[in-house]
Amino acid sequence: MNSLKKKFVKGNEAVAMAAIEAGLRCYFGYPITPQSDIPEYLSRELPKTGGTFIQAESEIASINMVLGASATGVRTMTSSSGPGISLKQEGISYMAGSELPCVIVDIMRSGPGLGGIDASQADYHQATKGGGHGGYRIIVLAPNSVQEMYDLTMLAFDLSDLYRIPAMVLADSVLGQMKESITPNPYIAIPLPSKGWAVRGTGGGKQNIVKSLYLGDGEMEAFHWKMHARYKELAEKESRWEEYETSDADLVIAAFGVTSRIARTAVEMARAEGIKVGLFRPITLFPFPEKGIASLSSRCKRWLTVELSTGQMVDDVRLSVARDAEVSFYGRPPGMGSLPTPEELFNQIKKQIL
Amino acid sequence: MTQLFSRPSSLKDVQTHFCPGCHHGSIHSLVARAMDSFGIAGETIGCASVGCSVFLYNYFHIDVVESPHGRAPAVATGVKRARPDRIVFSYQGDGDLAAIGTSEIIHAANRGEMITVIFVNNTTYGMTGGQMAPTTMPGQKTTTSPNGRNVVNDGKPFRMAELLSNLDGVAYSARIAVNSPKNIIQAKKAIKTAFQYQVEKKGFAFIEALAACPTNWGMNPLVANERVGNEMIPYFPLGVFKNNDNL
Ligand SMILES: Cc1ncc(C[n+]2csc(CCOP(=O)(O)OP(=O)(O)O)c2C)c(N)n1
Ligand code: SF4
Ligand SMILES: [Mg+2]
Repeated sequence: MNSLKKKFVKGNEAVAMAAIEAGLRCYFGYPITPQSDIPEYLSRELPKTGGTFIQAESEIASINMVLGASATGVRTMTSSSGPGISLKQEGISYMAGSELPCVIVDIMRSGPGLGGIDASQADYHQATKGGGHGGYRIIVLAPNSVQEMYDLTMLAFDLSDLYRIPAMVLADSVLGQMKESITPNPYIAIPLPSKGWAVRGTGGGKQNIVKSLYLGDGEMEAFHWKMHARYKELAEKESRWEEYETSDADLVIAAFGVTSRIARTAVEMARAEGIKVGLFRPITLFPFPEKGIASLSSRCKRWLTVELSTGQMVDDVRLSVARDAEVSFYGRPPGMGSLPTPEELFNQIKKQIL
Repeated sequence: MTQLFSRPSSLKDVQTHFCPGCHHGSIHSLVARAMDSFGIAGETIGCASVGCSVFLYNYFHIDVVESPHGRAPAVATGVKRARPDRIVFSYQGDGDLAAIGTSEIIHAANRGEMITVIFVNNTTYGMTGGQMAPTTMPGQKTTTSPNGRNVVNDGKPFRMAELLSNLDGVAYSARIAVNSPKNIIQAKKAIKTAFQYQVEKKGFAFIEALAACPTNWGMNPLVANERVGNEMIPYFPLGVFKNNDNL
């Protein structure tokens, strides 16, 4: 099979390739580093497949174009970073409120404000707690390799369509910019509910309305409880994580994305010296793999969360571990030169253990 | 007995939520008649905006998607690009289109999106209780311009139909009013033309409809209707500012 030939590509390109493979019809974006390879790739390749590429006038416009395209039932996507993701929040909230699927790729850069283009994980809260108004959640997937940038982008389309919740691929500038060899797996369609709700013209029949305005007595409350139940179902069925060397670990490091790669090397260094350390890597950040953490922490009581921030995911780790487990934190706020080295994390491990 | 007048078939037989004397209803009716005349209601998707007209779906028997405040032209762009074979229109107030949504309307127009935009200028933010809009007349008192719009402080009202007609992407731009039988006849023709541009795939069409908001103007329906002719039309002249194909 030709498409299974390995390819040496950037993380951002892998996202774009996977989106096309998964049936992306409409992409709307706006330039911002470190994600611009995505619109650049799609401006070139998407029209070849009959899809639509538009460089919008702003991130606000691009997310609302996504809203419109999604309302008609097609697979649609946008991507951005930092300030651009902030601008999209109103639109994401409307899409969550209208139960519209879509994929949003967030290649995190440092902030607040204009910040910088260095790798960051400081938008974890914004992504996982519902970054806009009204109280909602979106699906958040956190790849840690270029292969996963590819695979999780496809998964994001499927989960979003399956649950009618916007899905975000949350990566950072290192994952977006680095090149790795990947297998561009073909998209295998899963059974998905038909989009009978989409606006395509009534054809003289039933009227479809895509909306988030609920003024009737009890309507809005009922919507929230319905979504609450859907988020629970999502947590039951779709929580994903990876464990490495955890079976006999005295200490578990919790880390996602680029940080989990550095942590893995640190775990290997520790193991080489006979220190029993493991790694717990959440792959879905929403739903957060609470059960995985709960069950592992019933045995292993010492945890160290590592993030490129002053501590965000650590809150969720603390809420998930068994009561008598201890969670400490090591963070490097994002910015030029703040990416920790494996040696640095190894030292943190030794501090915890010895 | 011959029936001279009937409800357009793309409008539902329901009670209106609009205030007495509000022009949104008349404009809805003309939009529905335009859809009827082309028989396109079943293939039309409306993009509702945030304002008194958000309930588009309660009146039109068509598919509707609600847009965030000001973003209907971007939403309509997404709908039309995803389904180029459908008829797509946005229906927006003056706060929606000419304040918060200026960027979206100008860029959709400039790209020449194959959509129709119905812009209802009632010189105020109707839904939120009559605050100053970008189209509020000089000296007009509103809840946020209690001493009247001061053009030194706030600038002068936008003339959107003229402004957009200057963009190459715009195929048709006209301003109408529904304050008199004569103006309604012209309005009906203009709205039909605006949809014809899309039906014939000839480009972006824009209708600015002058409208009364008796409630927030603090006038009874008759006086409000007169104000459209006496105050608004002199500043916002009716007419066709662009008609690329002379439809
Ligand atoms: C982002 C945002 N800001 C403000 C509002 C509040 N709001 C609702 S309707 C409206 C103005 C509507 O005025 P207009 O567009 O002129 O429509 P009209 O009601 O006059 O027809 C505003 C400011 C909102 N819904 N969203
Ligand atoms: S407030 Fe004004 S615009 Fe809104 S329904 Fe009443 S009259 Fe019409
Ligand atoms: Mg208004």
